[in-house]
Amino acid sequence: MKQLMLGNEAVARGLYEAGCAFVSSYPGTPSTEVTEAAAKYPEIYAEWAPNEKVAMESAFGACLAGRRSFCGMKHVGLNVAADPLFTISYTGVNAGMVICVADDAGMHSSQNEQDSRHYARAAKIPMLEPSDSAEALAFTKLAYELSEQYDTPVLLKMCTRVAHSQSVLETGERTEVSRFYEKNPQKYIMMPGNAKKRHPVVEARTKALSDWAETCEINRIEEGRDHSRGIIASSTAYQYVKEVCGDQYPVMKLGMVFPMPEKKIRDFAASVGELIVVEELDSFIEAHCQSLGLAVTGKSLFPCIDEFSQNLVARLLGSGEPESGVKLEEAIPARPPVMCAGCPHRGLFYTLAKNKITALGDIGCYTLGAVPPLGALDTTICMGASISGAHGFTKAQDGKADRKTVAVIGDSTFMHSGVTGLINVAYNESNTTVIIVDNSITGMTGHQQNPTTGYNLKGDPCTKIDLETLCRAVGIRRVRVVDPYDLRQTEEAILEELETAEPSVIISRRPCALLKYVRHAKPVVVDSKKCRSCRLCMKVGCPAISMKDGVAAVDHTLCTGCGVCTQLCRFDALRAGEEV
Amino acid sequence: METKNIMIVGVGGQGSLLASKLLGRLLLTKGYDIKVSEVHGMSQRGGSVVTYVRFGDKVYSPVIDKGEADYIVSFELLEAARWTEYLRKGGRIITSLQKINPMPVITGAALYPEDLDKKMEARGIIVDQLDALTLAEQAGSAKAVNIVLMGHLSRSFDFTLDEWMDAIEKSVPAKFLELNKKAFLLGREA
Repeated sequence: MKQLMLGNEAVARGLYEAGCAFVSSYPGTPSTEVTEAAAKYPEIYAEWAPNEKVAMESAFGACLAGRRSFCGMKHVGLNVAADPLFTISYTGVNAGMVICVADDAGMHSSQNEQDSRHYARAAKIPMLEPSDSAEALAFTKLAYELSEQYDTPVLLKMCTRVAHSQSVLETGERTEVSRFYEKNPQKYIMMPGNAKKRHPVVEARTKALSDWAETCEINRIEEGRDHSRGIIASSTAYQYVKEVCGDQYPVMKLGMVFPMPEKKIRDFAASVGELIVVEELDSFIEAHCQSLGLAVTGKSLFPCIDEFSQNLVARLLGSGEPESGVKLEEAIPARPPVMCAGCPHRGLFYTLAKNKITALGDIGCYTLGAVPPLGALDTTICMGASISGAHGFTKAQDGKADRKTVAVIGDSTFMHSGVTGLINVAYNESNTTVIIVDNSITGMTGHQQNPTTGYNLKGDPCTKIDLETLCRAVGIRRVRVVDPYDLRQTEEAILEELETAEPSVIISRRPCALLKYVRHAKPVVVDSKKCRSCRLCMKVGCPAISMKDGVAAVDHTLCTGCGVCTQLCRFDALRAGEEV
Repeated sequence: METKNIMIVGVGGQGSLLASKLLGRLLLTKGYDIKVSEVHGMSQRGGSVVTYVRFGDKVYSPVIDKGEADYIVSFELLEAARWTEYLRKGGRIITSLQKINPMPVITGAALYPEDLDKKMEARGIIVDQLDALTLAEQAGSAKAVNIVLMGHLSRSFDFTLDEWMDAIEKSVPAKFLELNKKAFLLGREA
């Protein structure tokens, strides 16, 4: 039966049909839904790991035990998991193992625009790249066959537009696969003597896969009427090329981007006039063509920045793009993402901004604390960087300046890679104050459970890691909890810890206001006669508060009654619901 | 059939994903090739969001580009005005009258432009407006704005009412079915 399926759900369907039995991932846009969808199949054990490295190593263990396994992550997650990646390339697998990595050209929800294809070449692991949901399903299944046939983990590269687009596919049945584990130290213990013998195996494997790339069906040539040009493309770039050119020019559609064929590309180049590579982000296919000594047009024509679209491809190929619609002369104000009304992080960020505290930030919803009017953050780099950054910042400043620096990190991010930074703070004794913004969920990616929530991916109760105990256990003596809805309590705690010559952790704890179990209070009411239009309540950047006819107004459909604004008003014009 | 392009635009959290789900279900039963492109993650947090729905004999690109949209269905007036360049010649904007101030307006850094509907019409854009929020509340929930808008969009297509209702049944939980059917009809008649 034909179905319309999200690219990420199609990968999950592929996992199901391929007999995958073990999934371990860390959420990250645009990869999250693969694992969420996989968890809905009772035949698949699926879990959220605390980070991508743990996920990949767990998936490796599962494949070693003889069951097909999977881990999924966003592009920057593969950086975290790069350590095991490069060595499981050497060991190879027992049952098949597939690693899904989702790039984010255009940075819809990411801190950089790195191109994951480089990892395939660097770690010498084959990489398949689907261009729609039907291919996402088919390539996932194919990846397991390649994995077992060539004794290698296989990378499945998604991108935002494939991961988050629905397209039509047909589903199949599940086939169970299992193998026995046999002890094999020469293959699985990568100490130098053994690893030296495995490296040639990896090189031979890549050569064998290059041969397969010459004849495999997923690297296909689609004929065109006009051979003055020939285009090589994969993934979404292929879709844009076909949208624009149809069957005008011959197109080589690559389903596997590492390793790439040599003879097939040479023959294709010889059959066309100008050879053009259309690929998003870096020169990768083009670089391969250049390494073959071929004259090729790629990044001299197409940008290495941002995602493509059909109009961009049409313009750069000179194919003529449609006439744009009317652009209004009116300036249309931007609508950036904002912290939700009732967000527990708001009170904390207001306090940091008010006291002009340098705050090294991290990755999550709370990155929005950087946006005006709060503007409360100084850095955002990667998962966990807040604590280690604050440690260095504080050490470098010791004794020279007033200590007004904190790290701000979420509960899930702390478990991901913040705890090692905190160990460093304790061990090397920096006077760092770490604020864990604990909203009891992984918020940004859409409410995934994590080790501090007490629930697993399937929603079942499980062991809950206690943040206070953990922080004390790594050597932090000053650990306290505040309610960020209580501005005075929050401010007092921060100022006190900053003045204390000792590392400290403040847990700013309040569940995300969007969680279903969180009960909202009555919306705040405005006594407009008392409002003096001082606009102090506007400083918290709450989307529920605005000025109407010169006085504060509260949008009752948005307000959760958190009460942060009522604590700011000096004229008693804002009050908790039901009072006025 | 040439590919038809529908953009659904609004503010993160307004329910555009359900609208595109409903359209997808309907178009699948009609045998079209379909692509629906959504945005997840950061921009969902109250930011400007857009969903692309494309259908025809064969659809390649998952996105809609400038000058291509046959319809822009908007949950909010400013968002309708933001995407006018994406409308093709003769295309139509279907928009809710609702206005939601973006943060730069709330903080006073920018102004919410006045009379956007009239300004769009003055530039020759076909603007079909309806008070979708009031109609949704009338149907029983402010959250049904998405279905009200789909009801109004349905007037532009030849699909039968039964086909739409069937798609609604497959897209919403049973306990909200009657509410959504009512919202759809209110939008269709508006």
